[in-house]
Amino acid sequence: MNIVVLVKQVPDTWAEKKLDPSDSTVDRASVDAVMNEMDEYAVEEALKIKEAHGGEVTVLTMGPNRAVEMLRKALSMGVDKAVHLVDDALEGSCAIQSSYALAQAIGTLSYDLVLLSAESSDARMGVMPALLAERLGVPQLSDARKVDVDGSKVVIERMTDYGHDKVEASTPLVLGVVEKINEPRYPSFKGIMAAKKKPLTTLTAADAGIDTGRVGLATATSSVESFTAAPPRAAGQVVKDEGDGGVKLADFFAAQKLI
Amino acid sequence: MAEILVLVEHVDGTPKKVTYELLTLARSLGEPSAVFLGGSDSYANAKDGLAEYGAQKVYVAESDDLEDYVVAPKAEVLAQLVAEKSPAAVLAASSIDGKEIAGRTAVKTGSGIITDAVAVSVDLVATQSIFGGSTIVQSKVQAGTPIFTVRPNSTAPEPLSGPATAEQVAVSVSDAAKGAKVLEKVVEEKGARPDLAEAKVVVSGGRGLGGPEGFALVEGLADTLGGAVGASRAATDAGWYPHQSQVGQTGKTVSPQLYVAVGISGAIQHRAGMQTSKTIVAVNKDPEAPIFELTDYGVVGDLFSVVPQLTEEIKKRTS
Ligand SMILES: Cc1cc2nc3c(=O)[nH]c(=O)nc-3n(C[C@H](O)[C@H](O)[C@H](O)COP(=O)(O)OP(=O)(O)OC[C@H]3O[C@@H](n4cnc5c(N)ncnc54)[C@H](O)[C@@H]3O)c2cc1C
Ligand SMILES: Nc1ncnc2c1ncn2[C@@H]1O[C@H](COP(=O)(O)O)[C@@H](O)[C@H]1O
Repeated sequence: MNIVVLVKQVPDTWAEKKLDPSDSTVDRASVDAVMNEMDEYAVEEALKIKEAHGGEVTVLTMGPNRAVEMLRKALSMGVDKAVHLVDDALEGSCAIQSSYALAQAIGTLSYDLVLLSAESSDARMGVMPALLAERLGVPQLSDARKVDVDGSKVVIERMTDYGHDKVEASTPLVLGVVEKINEPRYPSFKGIMAAKKKPLTTLTAADAGIDTGRVGLATATSSVESFTAAPPRAAGQVVKDEGDGGVKLADFFAAQKLI
Repeated sequence: MAEILVLVEHVDGTPKKVTYELLTLARSLGEPSAVFLGGSDSYANAKDGLAEYGAQKVYVAESDDLEDYVVAPKAEVLAQLVAEKSPAAVLAASSIDGKEIAGRTAVKTGSGIITDAVAVSVDLVATQSIFGGSTIVQSKVQAGTPIFTVRPNSTAPEPLSGPATAEQVAVSVSDAAKGAKVLEKVVEEKGARPDLAEAKVVVSGGRGLGGPEGFALVEGLADTLGGAVGASRAATDAGWYPHQSQVGQTGKTVSPQLYVAVGISGAIQHRAGMQTSKTIVAVNKDPEAPIFELTDYGVVGDLFSVVPQLTEEIKKRTS
């Protein structure tokens, strides 16, 4: 089973995120960059499937030069090789454009599974698995909290509002996972050393056959008109329970006309 | 007036409240046409509600193929309608299915998409609340037919009767869209409490409850307030409460009038799903818990004494 796993570099989860006033894209320069937390679960799942069924795991990202650090981390977790799609023309791409560029890059690789997480902590759109399945013309298994692979057949538990659906598809396919699926491993010292020797390839837009007129901020399919900081929440009151905490809360509810 | 397509979000044909919110919003943008995509003979349950909230037309597509495969068939029908009717915009709910159908439709029709809008203005500028509610963004779609997914609870649903004239849509799903087959739909819980994403009051419990029994306290308080029950990931992962009750980055995003966090520390991933609630209240024994940075009213204390007292006190005052 050959797996391409997609990872994205995002501002550190706990950092205060901002938009850059000059172009209204996420300000990535001012904060630490990390692998999107949920993508670690996608990498872990890829490694688990490989361990059980054989094959090769390739990690792919589209992002600026510094994204290499994150690719090294994936390699040190045990991924076999890394591909970095990097080109100035891609900067500021919206989700629709990114799905096109990523699909083109995936097209240069051979895969049975394209594995990715449901959403990143910065964009939080939750649509990339669906967009990629549409672009690649392969089945979409998304929002998976459990995956079973049996030959070319894959069955997942897809989370729903009422519980879950058991969904089946045959490879090649797109598999989108959520963080309930596993517990990501930490890179070992051996893994970190081994990562230095693993192949890391760079792709330009041209290498991936990307039409640069279809990517980048200038032709993005949606644009930010303006943005403002939300008014901060007024500081609230915190009281210590002296045996009447419940009564005080009820008083607060009454004062706020919540009861 | 320009036609606005509204994708009906429903359970076995019965529209969810968010559908009425979308129809209400669509009326402020143009003439709403509902798009009903469901299994064979499922439309009967939808008809009256869609008429009550002002649908002018309803495009009705009924076929088991729409329910038996994951989202791709629905996207095919919706994209076909977008191509045929050239609406001014498409509105769908910001649910998992709503976003995935909308996303695939955007790719098929060469359109742009904006997800998680909390408002859409008459000139089709969408408002989003991002980065845990700290930034308000106004965005516009620049390609094709503007597609918006809108968060539940963003618009107050207002009835206004409409003809809801049904127009049947022939469904022929391509083989390519039948790749992901639903083998079984498993219902894990069916409570009588309000839907989490739509509730006006949400009471959530976390690891501080100590075990599944602790949720009885949370349910008791939720019931006296007519609210829904939520949970932190620590509680859902431990199996104390069903996963669909999880609030946060990877759970539901809720924005109720009142959010009560019981025994929840307030990790950033949890805050991402509840930070825009109107009033936030917490009970936690740790005065340093980050949840207190958000609360309008916080009680530092043992939830096992504070919560039962609160529930009793509310019952006393409202009976
Ligand atoms: C990719 C990713 C996605 C995630 N998504 C989510 C998400 O969607 N939602 C989510 O909630 N989390 C999510 N998390 C997990 C998150 O980081 C936290 O681990 C989780 O929210 C903690 O849950 P908790 O507050 O219940 O537990 P804890 O952090 O352990 O807090 C328990 C609290 O209970 C208090 N307490 C204990 N006993 C009592 C008592 N008797 N009386 C009063 N207070 C008491 C303690 O003081 C403590 O503050 C995610 C994590 C990752 C990595
Ligand atoms: N530029 C990118 N490079 C690689 N993977 C990406 C990129 N953008 C999105 N993805 C994948 O899609 C998921 C959802 O991303 P997003 O659409 O940003 O919420 C991410 O967690 C990644 O797995």
